[in-house]
Amino acid sequence: MSETSATHVAHHAPTSFIRKYIFSTDHKVIGIQYWFLALFSVFLGMGLSLLMRFHMVFPDAKVSWFATLWPKGAEGGIMTPELYLSLMTMHGTIMVFFVLTTAPQAGFGNSFLPLQIGAEDMAFPVLNMMSFWTTFLALAVLVMAFFVEGGAPLGGWTAYPPLSALGAVAGPGMGAGMNCWIVSIALFCGASLMGAINFIATLVDLRCKGMSMMRLPLTCWSWFVTAILSLLGFAVLLSAGILLLLDRVAGTSFFLPAGLVVNDQIQNHKGGSPLLWQHLFWFFGHPEVYIAILPGMGVTSQILSVFARKPIFGYKAMVYAVCGIGFLGFLVWGHHMFMSGMNPYTAMAFSILTMTIGVPSAIKTFNWIGTLWGAKIRFTTCMLFALGFVSLFISGGLSGIFLGQPALDLYFHDTYFVVAHFHLIMGVAAIFGMFAGTFYWFPKMFGKMMNETIGKIHFYLTFIGVYCIFTPMHQLGMAGNPRRYADFKEFEFMGQLLPVHTFITWAAILTATAQVLFVINLIWSWWKGAKASDNPWEATTLEWTVSSPPPFDNFAGKHPVVYRGPYEYAQPGAPKDYTMQTDPT
Amino acid sequence: MILAFLVWAFTLFVTAYFMFTTWFPPGINAHAAAYDQQFRLTLVITGVIFFLAQMALGWVMFKYGDDGKRAEYSHGNNRLEVLWTSAAAVLFVGLVLMGTTIWASVHFTDPPADSMVIEVNAKQFAWSFRYPGPDGKFGRTDLKLINDSAGNPFGIDEKDPAGKDDVVSSAVKVPVGKPILLKMAARDVIHNFFVRELRLKQDLVPGMIIPYHFQADTPGKYEVACSELCGLGHHQMRSVLEVMSEADFAKWMQEQLAQKQ
Repeated sequence: MSETSATHVAHHAPTSFIRKYIFSTDHKVIGIQYWFLALFSVFLGMGLSLLMRFHMVFPDAKVSWFATLWPKGAEGGIMTPELYLSLMTMHGTIMVFFVLTTAPQAGFGNSFLPLQIGAEDMAFPVLNMMSFWTTFLALAVLVMAFFVEGGAPLGGWTAYPPLSALGAVAGPGMGAGMNCWIVSIALFCGASLMGAINFIATLVDLRCKGMSMMRLPLTCWSWFVTAILSLLGFAVLLSAGILLLLDRVAGTSFFLPAGLVVNDQIQNHKGGSPLLWQHLFWFFGHPEVYIAILPGMGVTSQILSVFARKPIFGYKAMVYAVCGIGFLGFLVWGHHMFMSGMNPYTAMAFSILTMTIGVPSAIKTFNWIGTLWGAKIRFTTCMLFALGFVSLFISGGLSGIFLGQPALDLYFHDTYFVVAHFHLIMGVAAIFGMFAGTFYWFPKMFGKMMNETIGKIHFYLTFIGVYCIFTPMHQLGMAGNPRRYADFKEFEFMGQLLPVHTFITWAAILTATAQVLFVINLIWSWWKGAKASDNPWEATTLEWTVSSPPPFDNFAGKHPVVYRGPYEYAQPGAPKDYTMQTDPT
Repeated sequence: MILAFLVWAFTLFVTAYFMFTTWFPPGINAHAAAYDQQFRLTLVITGVIFFLAQMALGWVMFKYGDDGKRAEYSHGNNRLEVLWTSAAAVLFVGLVLMGTTIWASVHFTDPPADSMVIEVNAKQFAWSFRYPGPDGKFGRTDLKLINDSAGNPFGIDEKDPAGKDDVVSSAVKVPVGKPILLKMAARDVIHNFFVRELRLKQDLVPGMIIPYHFQADTPGKYEVACSELCGLGHHQMRSVLEVMSEADFAKWMQEQLAQKQ
């Protein structure tokens, strides 16, 4: 008994504002903090992409406030190519790290992993707080790059050396701005490692009675595998980042070979290999794609089953597929390097493994459609986003079948075909997963229902919009248009493709405008939304057994016991069409 | 319900559009023809999967709306799982294997012994190409002698007699139907040599010399675009591959040599 009361003392809700909302150790508050950080970042990243799209189509346009924002990068209001490239670098970095890695895993995972497994909090609450604030610091350092001498770096989110290792001589932004970038990423790696350890320990140790691994909701499986990927991937990126920083500031030559002549200056380096960075970077970078998308797959599986009112099709196959994707995800990094000059024989191994990873992805897709077959679908906004996720995942996945073949990559590498592919599957599909998760869990996070009418209009505009943006990019890729070009004036064949670019730019502007609806919905629902009941969606998992929002210690001092799997819908003979995991009968 | 029709309409449009339009420029050799065939095969296979999967997604949305009754109670079907797992595995891996001959012809086969050798040097934001001249030998080079404004981007050493007849050009000119071997190097950062009509692309990496062999069978001028981010002028890093008749090429080479005298 004394043990129980000790736990309760430790889990008294803090009363001061700072301990409750700012330096909080409560996983629910930290989850919401991550979610807000990602929300801020996604709008920042989207804003940068609009500026890029504008510049590509109207490279000579004079816009006075460009000059106000960037006195050097846009002198007289005309954006320079180097400013374009720095916007591109920052867009990619912000989106990949501070949105795609942050919201689905650290945001929703923090909020709902402990609740779904019946735990009072994460295993290490203080570590959890530290990982959020380190992420926050990382974002601040990254944004700082815009304001330092030379501005933000222009080397892309992949930061390939020698370009990224040479310093200011390689271009504007490659001095102080690039250092900010590396420091920011290193901090982010540290934060992600802390988060990963916490997620793994929590899932392994804190599951409540009866919650066996094979009774875990698929969301928990996704967060678990993602945490393992983060642990192994970010450790390597952190080391690579430190080596890159040493090359820049300490005169080492990890990534710099002898004989470099930059701007007519002979560089004093020898013995390093630019390809080493690519191997290290993509050893992290490919699993990173799955870090971004696996939680989205988990949320989609969860929502499809809840709103189909039907058990998930092939639960075990789904679990094995997630584990298979996680494992194979570490064996395919070389498919980013088919054209890099690495040994061409290895391309064969990497491409076969790459195609193999398509198999578990196909299993997931078939199982989603299997779940919907014979269902009684409730078309709520979050269900629409989950269905949209499946459609985008099919479209974005299939273009990978082209790119995964080294033979076809001989043409497609670094064209807009690649841009279309990864935006559909890693960008937009993952963001649809976040929208789905937001509409699904908002009632539990904030105690209010979101507005369904605004939500549905927002969904349809976004769904049509993203296909209008990214479908024509496949055409551009087939026409050979390279990516990361500030404008298309120099090349005859690209000039002919300008109408396609113009269409994409307008589609992007309209789709971005539609996102205002989402913000309105959030604010309106938070302020005036209908009060949420404990279980508004009639779902079966543990977070829906407690009040909305849940009490500070999640289960109000009780210890939940689990008797069945998470997808018991439409069970014949059961009193209702869903049976809670905690239902003993 | 609306979403079902939307997905159907999109699927029909995209399938028809991509099956019946081509955005590739015409290829100029046998490799390009083989490439286009492999692309076509992949397009048809993925097109069929795309069509069936999206149509099925639309169908379940159309057919299985909530009508107040209970859904079918099923946790899955192992036979179906095995079936679609193996079908996907065979199809995907099969496609890669079918493309291997194309990759092999580019990377695993040596260029013919009578290939014309041209050196490529890429720097932030310009291409240079060097021909060995009548003696068939490239002259010695030295980093310290590199001088772009004096027309010596390779740093050719004047003292070496083999270098006296080396020809340096900012465009790459080749005779039609002749096997060409480019020896590619980059001076500062990574660049990428891409000619759409050749269906070939290769990074140029500082510290490495990377071979790139091809043959062009149709005379004409084709744009060379740098396809690896190399800095602020990346989008302007352009050159031209000019495929000329044997006679025109010889004439051009004579002119270049005459200018050096």
